[in-house]
Amino acid sequence: MSQNTKNYYLPGPSFWPLIASISLFLLAGGFTMVLNKIAMGTPLMIAGGLALAYLLFGWFKEVIGESVGKLYNQQVDKSFRWGMGWFIFSEVMFFFGFFGALFYTRSVSLPWLADAQLLWPGFAATWPSAGPGLTEAFTPMGPWGLPAINTLLLLTSGATLTWAHWGLMKDNRKQLTIGLILTIALGVLFLYLQMHEYAEAGFTIKTGIYGATFYMLTGFHGLHVTMGAIMLSIILFRVLKGHFNAHDHFGFEAVAWYWHFVDVVWLFLFIFVYWL
Amino acid sequence: MNKKAIFFPSTVLAAVMSLVAGSAQAAYELNLKAPVTEIASQIYDLHMLIVYVCLAIFVVVFGFMFYSIYKHRKSVGHKAEQFHEHHTLEIIWTIIPALILAAMAVPATKTIFAMKDTTAADMTVKVTGHQWKWEYDYLDKDVKFISTLATSQDQIQNKAEKGENYLLEVDNPMVVPTGKKVRVLLTATDVIHAWWVPEFGVKQDAIPGFIKEVWFKAEKEGIYRGQCAELCGKDHGFMPIVVEAVSEDKYNEWIDAKKAAATAANAGADKEWTKDDLVANGKVVYEKNCAVCHQVTGAGLPPAFPAITGGKISTGPVADHLALVLNGKNMMPAWKALLNDVEIASVIAYERNALGNSVGDIVQPSAVKAAR
Amino acid sequence: MSTTTATHHDDHAHDSHGHPTGLMRWVKSTNHKDIGTMYLWFSFAMFLFAGAMAMGIRAELFQPGLQFVQPETFNQLTTLHGLIMIFGAIMPAFVGFANWQVPLMIGAPDMAFPRLNNMSFWLLIPAAILLIASIFVPGGAVAGGWTMYPPLSVQGGMSVDMSVFALHILGVSSIVGSINIITTIFNMRAPGMTLMKMPMFVWTWLITAYLLIAAMPVLAGALTMLITDRHFGTHFFNAAGGGDPVLFQHVFWFFGHPEVYIMILPAFGILSTIIPTFARKPLFGYASMVYATAAIAVLSFVVWAHHMFTTGMPVAGQLFFMYSTMLISVPTGVKVFNWLATMWKGSMTFETPMLFSIAVVFLFTIGGFSGLVCAILPVDIQLQDTYYVVAHFHYVLFSGAAMAIMGGVYYWLPKWTGHMYDEKLGKWHFWLTTIAFNVTFFPMHFTGLAGMPRRIPDYSQQFAEFNMISSLGAFALGLSQLLFLYVVIKCIRGGEKATNQVWEGAHGLEWTVASPAPFHTFETPPQVK
Ligand code: HEA
Ligand code: HEA
Ligand code: HEC
Ligand code: CUA
Ligand SMILES: [Cu+2]
Repeated sequence: MSQNTKNYYLPGPSFWPLIASISLFLLAGGFTMVLNKIAMGTPLMIAGGLALAYLLFGWFKEVIGESVGKLYNQQVDKSFRWGMGWFIFSEVMFFFGFFGALFYTRSVSLPWLADAQLLWPGFAATWPSAGPGLTEAFTPMGPWGLPAINTLLLLTSGATLTWAHWGLMKDNRKQLTIGLILTIALGVLFLYLQMHEYAEAGFTIKTGIYGATFYMLTGFHGLHVTMGAIMLSIILFRVLKGHFNAHDHFGFEAVAWYWHFVDVVWLFLFIFVYWL
Repeated sequence: MNKKAIFFPSTVLAAVMSLVAGSAQAAYELNLKAPVTEIASQIYDLHMLIVYVCLAIFVVVFGFMFYSIYKHRKSVGHKAEQFHEHHTLEIIWTIIPALILAAMAVPATKTIFAMKDTTAADMTVKVTGHQWKWEYDYLDKDVKFISTLATSQDQIQNKAEKGENYLLEVDNPMVVPTGKKVRVLLTATDVIHAWWVPEFGVKQDAIPGFIKEVWFKAEKEGIYRGQCAELCGKDHGFMPIVVEAVSEDKYNEWIDAKKAAATAANAGADKEWTKDDLVANGKVVYEKNCAVCHQVTGAGLPPAFPAITGGKISTGPVADHLALVLNGKNMMPAWKALLNDVEIASVIAYERNALGNSVGDIVQPSAVKAAR
Repeated sequence: MSTTTATHHDDHAHDSHGHPTGLMRWVKSTNHKDIGTMYLWFSFAMFLFAGAMAMGIRAELFQPGLQFVQPETFNQLTTLHGLIMIFGAIMPAFVGFANWQVPLMIGAPDMAFPRLNNMSFWLLIPAAILLIASIFVPGGAVAGGWTMYPPLSVQGGMSVDMSVFALHILGVSSIVGSINIITTIFNMRAPGMTLMKMPMFVWTWLITAYLLIAAMPVLAGALTMLITDRHFGTHFFNAAGGGDPVLFQHVFWFFGHPEVYIMILPAFGILSTIIPTFARKPLFGYASMVYATAAIAVLSFVVWAHHMFTTGMPVAGQLFFMYSTMLISVPTGVKVFNWLATMWKGSMTFETPMLFSIAVVFLFTIGGFSGLVCAILPVDIQLQDTYYVVAHFHYVLFSGAAMAIMGGVYYWLPKWTGHMYDEKLGKWHFWLTTIAFNVTFFPMHFTGLAGMPRRIPDYSQQFAEFNMISSLGAFALGLSQLLFLYVVIKCIRGGEKATNQVWEGAHGLEWTVASPAPFHTFETPPQVK
């Protein structure tokens, strides 16, 4: 159902929402079963994952088609900006919860545990700590090896992405393409080093509160870098197909915002998880 | 008034009457329990103060509303005016409530500081919450015991007449002297519980792995009853708290008696026991400690609580059985801190040779002692 | 408040090009009205379901002793009742209102993202299935209370995982829904509809949407930690590993307190719409209403630990949270006073929506005052986890949120269906509900003060009388809601034809379109002066 672009674009009936609902249902139900060692879980999860991939692919294809087909007007473009902005804000709040957990345990619960000498004789509150009840020794992660390199990588990737954006605004497709490729490469390198860091780490997610906060925060961050890299690849693909122009490239910008957000989260991680 | 067969209208009528009269008859307790500590009376007064203030505001505010409903209705021909702002008024009704709140905050703050002051205590008791019982440990007196619900299952399942203190009675009450500042250290082993004695104005969560302090000073002799006040699983409603405040002399007598009883119970630890004696003794221990989860029959409540009858461990090697009972696993508590050697040996003997099992072997209390 | 000058073109012409009918009309819908309708029906179904669980609770508590269910089952009833009422009944109902009314009120053709809008709805279904199906898995449904505190919830069975994932999905639905609402409000207003001209209901939803996007992700974080503690060996909530069970409570209530305002602010919006209509007088203090709503929202993020007064926080923490909690009464009071000032010197009539609104103002204030009593920390020491708290939150949730929803349904039903509802039956429903509600929940203040803990299947004999009264009230309350169902269905199927304006005193864009509101409205934006 197409409309002229003077009016706000209203899409016609769509199957995608239902598929979204089914895929999340399969994923959630399947994951529950996997966690509780029910054999059916894995196939369900795979089905859910496939449905999700189909959904993302199909839905975005539809939206991109509408965008390329010039169905969107300025107002729709603005809607996408509001939407993406507040989506990123919700992600900020998600990380805020985990950072809150980190600060709380470091500054409140560990000192309290140390006060409870009746229960935990000899325990002293230090950071990093695996708590009073776990005895095996561990080596915490220092900031100045890989993490520092990773910081540099991500910061550079932010710069290359901005450079690519400048290219786009000057209609310099080459600069745009190279900038994007560099950004993705830096992101992938970051992920590789992060995996390396995990493999070498002297502790696991089970190493008390230190291990838990470390792996959950860096893990969720890594997940976001992965998603960002995939999204950037799609943008690159679209650039190669000739999408976007100097005025009209919100898809690019949205992913760029996302990438910068992931960057900023990393800075906080570097300071509070690795360094202080 | 009787428990059963109350005729509904009479109930409502009685409720309305007691509300109107504002009097708390025995059947309709309308207010906080009569306080027996300084803090509890401060709380009581604070509550009354706030209720009266709120009531006053309520009457004024809704007086206006009902007046308006009565006068400014279309059916009496009132014409609507069209004003929709009045800055002075709006500022006034922002500031006045703020001032009222500030006035309420002052006494509340004072009470908070008093509540939190656990210094200069005369004695300290460590109270530990377990699913679903309380453990009391008189730290300076070396007295330690477990306190569980004394109401019978028959009463709960409506097979017997309910007693006067239905659900609020325990086998081993906590005993304290009056006029002494008792510091209570609260913790738990499995999930969060909360230790609450309304008359003392004390309620504190017992958090596994942490110690939280509260205090009270009972000013009147008596028996004070409370309940666990944090959802802690299946039998959350069945782990009451009973504190007896007695004179100092009676308290000392009680301490001595407790100590003597503990020595007597442990006396059998070194002697050789026969299987029948252990099984007979074990029945008591089992029904007091284990039946809440594994049931009196040994059938358990699968999948949460496995059956003892035909259980893998209770009919397997005795060493595993002993290790599990001593150290616990997941939701199964570690009993080594809670039961003495004789009790553990007895309950194991009972589980293996009763409840439908007949493995035949037993462990001696001396072996339990060695395994600790 | 705002009037339309542009003549409204005939919408019926658009009704039927290429729109699926039958089931597909709903499944594939991108129409805010259809999606709103689905939200409202879903919410009502969940209300009945969770209400039936409450009937189970009240049946067991009718007398001391265990009669119908065993303790574990009782805990499951309580937990599911709380979870489903909050996440399944109240929240979706408000989103349903937002879907129907926000575009109509601001003169937008639809929501900003119609497909995502439908997705938000369809995500509710798997979540509901997971929650309800958890009753049938080994070990039964979640039993740790709707707050799911660890370590108790770490002990639970498979149903805990199902419920956690259900809440994750609901979180996605709420976040996407709020982004949609925020974008719609900021970007789709008709020309001339400045922010300070927006109907109050739109304002309250705008602020609610912000609460949602700020709070739901934090809940997702807490639940994720719960899952990893259960299955992946983390020690967030285990002291032996340096974690802290109370950490969960902090994170949960950082979400949980804003959550309770998420459930009341749209109700305030509904009241602010209904009261001026039937007082035939503009809303008093519009600007201060907006500021008060915003103040409540901001404050709601700094009061969370008033649910944790008995966990043993340090004095400084206790004082801070007591003061900030008390402070919330001030902006809430402003709202109450403004409603009363709106009624003052009006020309009031008392149709069902107005009756509900007046009752909400009155009863919500009782709930607010009992909240204030809880906020006084030393008093809360006696009240925390007792039936006093149960009384408090049913006064704000049932006679606040749920009854405001009922009032809103009666108010807009003619616009939605094109028929007037049966006024006489509506009044019956109102009086039965109000009386039964008070009979059910007022005595809980007393049982709570006298020391009856909440979440218990059995109680000592001193509480017997009041519990019996509560239970009888609850059964009456439950039956009264069946009357509501009947009135709504009757209205959908027929009745006196409703005019466009419906109510004499109604103002706003939604009253300029036909009743029932045509499938498409405001495809060309109206001009607002
Ligand atoms: C819609 C939901 C809603 C709303 C609006 C509120 C509003 C308030 N709540 Fe409530 N609350 C809940 C839902 C809600 N609550 C729930 C669900 C729980 C239990 C959760 C659980 O444990 O399961 C709870 C629990 C709860 C507790 C914890 C109790 C405990 O577990 O120990 C506390 C403590 O401070 C509290 C306080 C308040 C206060 C101060 C307000 C204030 O916002 C009220 C303000 C309103 C007024 C005060 C009335 C109007 C004002 C005037 C007329 C002005 C004049 C007034 C004065 C000057 C006093 N609430
Ligand atoms: C939004 C909120 C909401 C609403 C509307 C309600 C509505 C009701 N609640 Fe709710 N309640 C909560 C939110 C809500 N509750 C929460 C959050 C908790 C805390 C949970 C926890 O502790 O974790 C709670 C806890 C709670 C308890 C305490 C349980 C405990 O601590 O163990 C009780 C006890 O009486 C109770 C009763 C009721 C009743 C009788 C109704 C009635 O108003 C319901 C009326 C509606 C119906 C009955 C449905 C319609 C009728 C039918 C389906 C037909 C069948 C009818 C008959 C058989 C008569 N609720
Ligand atoms: C709070 C509940 C609870 C109490 C009280 C309790 N148990 Fe258990 N018990 C459990 C649970 C849960 C398990 C299963 C542990 C697991 O494998 O995860 C268990 C397992 C067992 C088993 C192994 C059963 C089998 O053969 O598979 C034995 C034996 C046992 N308990 C003995 C006891 C004894 C003896 C007592 C009392 C002194 C007791 N339990 C009290 C919860 C409890
Ligand atoms: Cu222990 Cu509730
Ligand atoms: Cu709150």
